[in-house]
Amino acid sequence: MDSVIPTRMGDGSLVRMSRSGIEAEVRDGTEAAARRAKVEPLDEGELGHLVDIFASPSRFTAVDIGDEVVLTSDGVGSQDVGSRINDLQNYEQTVCTDTVELYHHDYSFKPIKPVLPFEQATMRRAQLLLTIPCNYGAMPDLGRYTEPDGPVPNWSRLLPLGRIDDARAAQEAAVELAVDDIVYVAEGMYEAGADGINLDTAGAAGDADFLAALRAIERIRAKYPDWGIQIGMASEFVLGMHGELEYEGVRLAGLWPEAQMRLAAQAGASVFGPAVNVNTGKSVAWNVARACTIVKPCSRAAEIPVHMNGGMGVGGVPMHALPPVDAVSRASRACVDVLRLDGL
Amino acid sequence: MGGLRTAGDLVARMQLTRRMRLPEAKAAVADRLGVEPGDLSDPVVMWDVRRELGLGTIPTEDTATTADALAIEAKHTIAAVLDLPVRSVEAFAERTARRGRAGA
Repeated sequence: MDSVIPTRMGDGSLVRMSRSGIEAEVRDGTEAAARRAKVEPLDEGELGHLVDIFASPSRFTAVDIGDEVVLTSDGVGSQDVGSRINDLQNYEQTVCTDTVELYHHDYSFKPIKPVLPFEQATMRRAQLLLTIPCNYGAMPDLGRYTEPDGPVPNWSRLLPLGRIDDARAAQEAAVELAVDDIVYVAEGMYEAGADGINLDTAGAAGDADFLAALRAIERIRAKYPDWGIQIGMASEFVLGMHGELEYEGVRLAGLWPEAQMRLAAQAGASVFGPAVNVNTGKSVAWNVARACTIVKPCSRAAEIPVHMNGGMGVGGVPMHALPPVDAVSRASRACVDVLRLDGL
Repeated sequence: MGGLRTAGDLVARMQLTRRMRLPEAKAAVADRLGVEPGDLSDPVVMWDVRRELGLGTIPTEDTATTADALAIEAKHTIAAVLDLPVRSVEAFAERTARRGRAGA
């Protein structure tokens, strides 16, 4: 029996391991994270709990009764059946999520700007029909501002040419444009009655992308002191595409989740979502141990709610369009139990 | 937490609006509703509490009657019971007050 525990790889494929094999995966995962992020590995109690979760052959697992956490999302619904408002209603009334999020197919703030009145009308109708909080979400997505589609020079073309100063200037120009667009959309959604705004996949284009999100949050919070502002990260580590950008005296390049969270809270975010990427060549047990190790300093130090990103390819959930529920439930439970999360 | 089946939406509102971490948000909502924090994720307990206080329920014929507050109606009560701003309720009030003044 010991050698036939079904478990998953990071790509979602089913494999079988012994309990001792799962334990080895968990130990290797936490040690890899500790080395990479320069944090403490998980303690023996936490490692033992992870082994227990992953050594179970059950289809589904969950937190203890009373330990349930809040669920927020980066968009709900397929937008393929009925209307977008039907999507929101289905998630409220059938799936019974705690919140829903209206989103546009082109999930970035820049393309939403010209269609904002239509998005506002949808949000307003949705708010009349929904009881649970309904946020609006999109990505800062700094790459949208580069040539040939955008107005500023493309730093991905400048950097290979060694034009470092030009690449940095282009990113700084894009930050200003992105902040204005994010704030513009947020103002429109506030007027339409949204419960909050979600800046999703922040930092996807590196430190300048993260800076745009922080500056936008700062402006939105100054205008709306009680509004919901959520930020979800793109990855575990802020890439230094610029390398010298700072927010409130802190260099952004190279920040890990704890430091990311501190700046998000300082800027005025209501909820912070750390993201840890999945290694598809490793087991889910390995990935979850790694993710928990990287996020533990963040969740322990947090002064605002932490809703860890758990979805395709982040937070230990397999990188697959249809992530298996056995893996999703194990990753979710493990992160909530070990990290004492406020939500997912 | 279970959303409308429980009190997940109410705890989420505390987090979004008051920036409260989970234990604090659950305690605040439980205090306002007169229940224990553990009750907030119990659909059997919350079924009665939500209907009694007018906090909204799943709006199908099996779970709601014409006497139950739903959607924007329920959000008016949620804002009052939890003592927090709900933006759609504020916007609703602004729009209906404007029409009221025009008709006066």
